[in-house]
Amino acid sequence: MTPEIATAFDVQRVREDFPILRRTVAGRPLVYLDNAATTQKPRAVLDAIAGYYTTINANVHRGVHELSERATEAYEGSRERLRAFVNAASTREIVFTRNATEGINLVAHSFARPRLRPGDEVLVSAMEHHSNIVPWQLACEATGAVLKVAPIDDRGDLMLDAFAALLSPRTRIAAITHMSNALGTVTPAREIVRIAHAAGVPVLLDASQAAYHMPVDVQALDCDFLVATGHKLYGPTGIGLLYGKEALLEAMPPFLGGGDMISSVTFERSSWNVLPYKFEAGTPNIEAAIGLHAALDYIDAIGFDAIGAHESDLLAYGTSVLESTPGVRLIGTAARKASVISFVMEGVHPHDIGTIVDREGIALRTGHHCAQPVMDRFGVPGTARASLAVYNTREEIDALGRALRRVREVFA
Amino acid sequence: MMTELTELYQEVILDHNRRPRNFHALAEASHTAEGYNPLCGDRLTLYLKINGDRIEEVAFQGAGCAISKASASMMTDELTGRTVDEAIALFERFHRMVTSPPDQGVEDMGKLSSLAGVRQFPVRVKCASLAWHTLKAAIGRKPRVSTE
Repeated sequence: MTPEIATAFDVQRVREDFPILRRTVAGRPLVYLDNAATTQKPRAVLDAIAGYYTTINANVHRGVHELSERATEAYEGSRERLRAFVNAASTREIVFTRNATEGINLVAHSFARPRLRPGDEVLVSAMEHHSNIVPWQLACEATGAVLKVAPIDDRGDLMLDAFAALLSPRTRIAAITHMSNALGTVTPAREIVRIAHAAGVPVLLDASQAAYHMPVDVQALDCDFLVATGHKLYGPTGIGLLYGKEALLEAMPPFLGGGDMISSVTFERSSWNVLPYKFEAGTPNIEAAIGLHAALDYIDAIGFDAIGAHESDLLAYGTSVLESTPGVRLIGTAARKASVISFVMEGVHPHDIGTIVDREGIALRTGHHCAQPVMDRFGVPGTARASLAVYNTREEIDALGRALRRVREVFA
Repeated sequence: MMTELTELYQEVILDHNRRPRNFHALAEASHTAEGYNPLCGDRLTLYLKINGDRIEEVAFQGAGCAISKASASMMTDELTGRTVDEAIALFERFHRMVTSPPDQGVEDMGKLSSLAGVRQFPVRVKCASLAWHTLKAAIGRKPRVSTE
């Protein structure tokens, strides 16, 4: 490592920002490799949440009193921060949701359903998370539309030609992941949008995984909708992002009804608030929005160049360590991957791997990763998955390698 | 190796995982049920050949972790030749064993006692119980079978 890089990015200093990384599990230092499920939170996020409750807690968009004004300012400040983070043209295009799942449900309900007629089609890919399958199945069931699935190849890459061929005059929307949680595949999102738009089909991108590993620019991608979730962005749970092009959101009916999303209510009729509030019924998760603001500041202070370089190094190192571990087979070897190493071990079920490495202090995800169709595609009941974040180290990968050899010993 | 792990992955469990007994379909089964743990994806199909009140043959197929597979394998061994009532009593005893507090002693259930180690791993209790719950489901279909 050159001195310049050492000063530019120091993983040990990053680790100091995450209080939880000091704890032990089963008497060993915690090795947290389940980041694709959720990331740990830096102190700045914890402080922001505590700061909100200790200084400005009040409901937003309501009172004229000082606290409510300050809370509203902080909440809306977070929206502007998120707008800048994904480079949306306007905060009117930034809807706070509970999570990415809610964002997809919102689009399925308010955008897709009114457009879907019997025989119409919704196109997803074979590597979607359940959250980008089930809302579309519900919409299809309710309307008589048909769910189509673009295939992936044996490495876990989306087959773009097949995707293009599946776009038909009946396709009303394509909902595709920007990065697979189960395989680590980074999809050519810009190309996907370009191909779909050429066929006149709007695109929702699921950026839940991509958003904490690489810059996501909605204008450059030209996607119609994009969802992400705060708790994978080193932020709190309970806050998600739905980006939608303003004209589309404007034309959509509300998703949930209630306070805050209306401009006036009588028993005869109600009228809807302006964007984005039309889609934010009820008291929102204010603390989480404020925590997310701090998380995005934290990410940008390190920068995606440094994050990407560090994680690429870890991914390459982890891949080589696992490939050289006897009996291990990687699932997901796409040309472009980020931060996820999914694997199976000959003769050992993923859950047994998970239990044994847990006793070494290592947190892995095991099972189907909410992506059962992906498991079926590769003919495995599940995988063990190590997923990386900015604070992981090569030493932690080494610890995983040693623990996996222990798994082999137990099951020898 | 930590002690809880050695307790969980005892030789008898590893052996049943490597070489599961009665691991096949049973064409002449009178009762079948499918057990599925949606949390972890473990899946097994249990086949019983019940003649009168007697379980003459038991077999299973499926995919799961070492604990769920070994538990199913040992269960099929234990059930062969038992009456339905005995099988249900065994289910109750097994259930009591794997859900008792880990610091408490367990009654001797022969080979099945080796599965008491799951008590140290609360999320794995379901793995050990899956086959047994499937057994209960399969037996529960008896009325339907008898009406045919």
